[in-house]
Amino acid sequence: MKDEITSRDDRVANLKGMGCSRKRVEDARFTQGKGNYVDDIKLDGMLFGDFVRSPYAHARIKSVNSEAALKVPGVLAVLTAEDLAPLGLHWMPTLAGDKQMVLADGKVLFQGQEVAFVVAEDRYAAADGIEAVEVEYEELPVIVDPFKSLESDVVLREDTVDENGKATDGAHGPRKHPNHIFTWEVGEKDATEQVIDEADVVATETMYYHRTHPCPLETCGSVASMDKVNGKLTLWGTFQAPHAIRTIVSLISGLEEHNIRVISPDIGGGFGNKVGAYPGYVCSVVASIVTGRPVKWIEDRMDNLMTTAFARDYWMTGKISATKEGKITGLHCNVTADHGGFDACADPTKFPAGFMNICTGSYDIPTAYLAVDGVYTNKAPGGVSYRCSFRVTEAVYFIERMIEVLAIELNMDAAELRRINFIKKDQFPYQSALGWEYDSGDYHTAWDKALKTVDYDGLRAEQAERVEAFKRGETRKIMGIGLSFFTEIVGAGPVKNCDILGLGMFDSCEIRIHPTGSAIARLGTISQGQGHATTFAQILASEIGLPADSITVEEGDTDTAPYGLGTYGSRSTPVAGAATAMAGRKIRAKAQMIAAYLLEVHDDDVEFDVDRFVVKGAPERFKTMKEIAFAAYNQAIPGIEPGLEAVSYYDPPNMTYPFGAYICVMDIDVDTGVTDIRRFYALDDCGTRINPMIIEGQVHGGLTEALAVALGQEIAYDDQGNVKTGTLMDFFLPTAWEVPNYETDHTVTPSPHHPIGAKGVGESPHVGGVPCFSNAVQDAFRPFGLRHTNMPHDHWRIWKTANSLGMHD
Amino acid sequence: MIPAAFEYYRPKDLSGVISILEEHGDDARVIAGGHSLIPMMKLRMADVPHLIDLQDIPGMSEITVTADAITIGAMTTQHDIIDHDGLATAAPILREAALQIADPQVRYMGTVGGNVANGDPGNDMPGLMQCLNATFTLVGPDGERTVPAREFYEAAYMTAREDEEILTAVTIPTPKGGYAYEKQKRKIGDYATAAAAVQIIKDGDTCTAASIAMTNLSDTPIWSEDAAAALVGTSLDSVALKAAVDAMLVDIDPSEDNRGPVAFKRHVAGVILTRAIERAWSRA
Repeated sequence: MKDEITSRDDRVANLKGMGCSRKRVEDARFTQGKGNYVDDIKLDGMLFGDFVRSPYAHARIKSVNSEAALKVPGVLAVLTAEDLAPLGLHWMPTLAGDKQMVLADGKVLFQGQEVAFVVAEDRYAAADGIEAVEVEYEELPVIVDPFKSLESDVVLREDTVDENGKATDGAHGPRKHPNHIFTWEVGEKDATEQVIDEADVVATETMYYHRTHPCPLETCGSVASMDKVNGKLTLWGTFQAPHAIRTIVSLISGLEEHNIRVISPDIGGGFGNKVGAYPGYVCSVVASIVTGRPVKWIEDRMDNLMTTAFARDYWMTGKISATKEGKITGLHCNVTADHGGFDACADPTKFPAGFMNICTGSYDIPTAYLAVDGVYTNKAPGGVSYRCSFRVTEAVYFIERMIEVLAIELNMDAAELRRINFIKKDQFPYQSALGWEYDSGDYHTAWDKALKTVDYDGLRAEQAERVEAFKRGETRKIMGIGLSFFTEIVGAGPVKNCDILGLGMFDSCEIRIHPTGSAIARLGTISQGQGHATTFAQILASEIGLPADSITVEEGDTDTAPYGLGTYGSRSTPVAGAATAMAGRKIRAKAQMIAAYLLEVHDDDVEFDVDRFVVKGAPERFKTMKEIAFAAYNQAIPGIEPGLEAVSYYDPPNMTYPFGAYICVMDIDVDTGVTDIRRFYALDDCGTRINPMIIEGQVHGGLTEALAVALGQEIAYDDQGNVKTGTLMDFFLPTAWEVPNYETDHTVTPSPHHPIGAKGVGESPHVGGVPCFSNAVQDAFRPFGLRHTNMPHDHWRIWKTANSLGMHD
Repeated sequence: MIPAAFEYYRPKDLSGVISILEEHGDDARVIAGGHSLIPMMKLRMADVPHLIDLQDIPGMSEITVTADAITIGAMTTQHDIIDHDGLATAAPILREAALQIADPQVRYMGTVGGNVANGDPGNDMPGLMQCLNATFTLVGPDGERTVPAREFYEAAYMTAREDEEILTAVTIPTPKGGYAYEKQKRKIGDYATAAAAVQIIKDGDTCTAASIAMTNLSDTPIWSEDAAAALVGTSLDSVALKAAVDAMLVDIDPSEDNRGPVAFKRHVAGVILTRAIERAWSRA
């Protein structure tokens, strides 16, 4: 069977492989309402469970009375910590090495904390049951400020002190106060302080990166079904790491891992919110074991915003030193991190502050030091990576603000200051002062392209004119030019230093080629909207020469997919994408032997060409991959096993380091605080580009979430620990109306250590976008004397800045 | 976000509605578009054992425009307001304001009657109706009566409507002159940080009549008679504008919330009113 397509270009196009803007195969079902999310799962006899939650941020539980609730029609059971304790499930381990209450064990530590789990015939009966549970609380002093927490006599976590009230050691070493979680230090403290002491110029600034929330469209949930006949537990849920969940469930429940099947169905956005384990997952499992029926738990929007995995909440103090000419000599960063009531950060275990030590950014900074202190407060636990690799948003915001502040101190243009400090192209691989090896980069090229595209000098001239016009009273609008150059660190990660609770952060791909030349590939990752079924098929198409349209990609079912650590931190393409390419190459190696046999030549005399193996020097003699696949199953080939399958587990040798240059032009009405984004230019370098259309979509989405965080999205608490932003009325989720037009651009600097040179892109726009939007606001006020003001830059805070600078006088 | 159980009624005529209201008093509530009431029920902040759906009542969604007056049935949606060309010609401020309410999905469901009757200080229509000197028709066990919009609002969610009455229609004297509805909000779907409704009549270079109402700056809408009076007889120079803003600032009483502190809201209220007056004047 010879295919009719003959030209090489046609054969390449037919594959829809890497570099092709292939339409997303997922969209047919998503745009027709045919997705299958956790809440779409309906099983015979399924019950619904939901939580009684604490109205108080800090209180002792004196009693929980379920009598009235159990009389509510349809209510079957009310679980409390007392019921879970005999199973050892009233507490559970967190990913950060701490432990967390599943249900309130004697006290509550944040508003909305899970106190009891009501199991009922449906969600209506459960809601009525929740109303009827009587909980007696004794209020305790509330601490919402991490600095006050470290000085307070109030012990938040009584389980972390010894009989004398002294703090016991934590998962990351000694703790200096009962409310202190860890100190993490990187770099050379004394050397850095000496460099700063002796420097020509030093800029110091304290900034607060406010608490916010990933707020995926689909909230968290699970369905647990314990089959008591065969002893098998099936758990569907919103899991960004289904295999890790299976292992954790096995470890804490005692069920053998082969008896647990974890399934992540379609997931409606994760952004880090769905990495960790939540009390709802545990309670749905226990309730299914207790009742013998499937039990569903689904958060509502308020539950999601108030209780599951927040992001950020970092107080950062920086000192940056430079020569008079602007060459940076040292960087010092001190962080106080508010982790809430439990340390449930989702970071690789050896990195309690994630990869915050990427905070030297894109700059050649010879000496640096970072110290992070984690602190307990009466806020919800979390600290996840909201559309970023671990704490990279915080790091990039920090350095991109410090650069701006240093530019003010030097009275220098901030674009030029960046240019003279960039790591140069010939310095890669580059060893940073805080311990990372940057794989590749060409920052100057990207920066110059960005500045030229937006006519940076023209914008500065216009801004200067606007300042004069404002001072003359001719306008009430000022203009800001936001600059940001970011370097991400993604693709966690090498097993030698990256694990979560001891689980190495490799990833995997298993491929089966079918006899007629189509294929199924299964991965250890799980898409939450990233389009894995589209892009991973493209990688394979290019690697094995079968059309992407003939390759099914499946993820999320631990009974069928190979073990992997899931999808977050832009790790899917760097790690599972590499595994996919490597598995494809194993397929190709076997195909080469089969082709050689069929063509009656030596293995070394055939070579791969797009979709076939050809005899070297005789391109008319070939076997297509389709023909080879058929032969692999149906022809007896001496010395070769039948079949065409491969598995690859990929342990990356290094992280990948995507980078980019973003510029935002913004007009600000100083009287109302209203911002208007006139232009947003985003240049991304994510190495090899697999699907340019998906990249563009990812950039648009990440920038929109960056805009949200910079301009208004926050989880705010009052001093009694009440959440002030628990609904979408107050929590800013931008719509098409608030979003500007984005101009996207790129350069391509492949990763030298990745099999296809790809670096990952999903999170770059968020990481680079937040400082860009923020810098635009701050830059607008720089000519009027502003040095720094904290996000979020919502209307009233911008108005306050203008007001404090005398612009309303 | 699950409401408590309730009885659902869907009567075919007004007398059916009234008899249920009479039987259950404030345990019963009528529902039109449901965009205020249903969220409150789902949060269990509103306890409504008896819910009366008005959608089967005939004749409550009509818009009538004459030279002198406009009548809008209570079940008319915000979308219907936007979509009605005759209304847009006769009272263009209605379309301008309705387009600033929430988003298209909400405007397809949310009604004029629900917006004015609920007494939520965040709603846009109450202030607008005060600016336009509308009257509300209320029907109850004792028949029909009308109440001026400017006398309807007593406090947040407290109005002149009796528990057994339903609001069936809004009647507006056909407005004359220039108009503007100016609103600042944080995002689509939000209530106003500050909003101003302005109608102005101009004779030559002189303002001969004006009406000004402010939204979400007190626990009721604020019709500021003094602000309007400050404009009448002037040619709207900067002194007159400032006098109108100063008069308005005496009448409003904003409170701090996530939109910002009082000082900010007062500042924005002045800016928004100034802009609304200037735009209305340019159209007068």
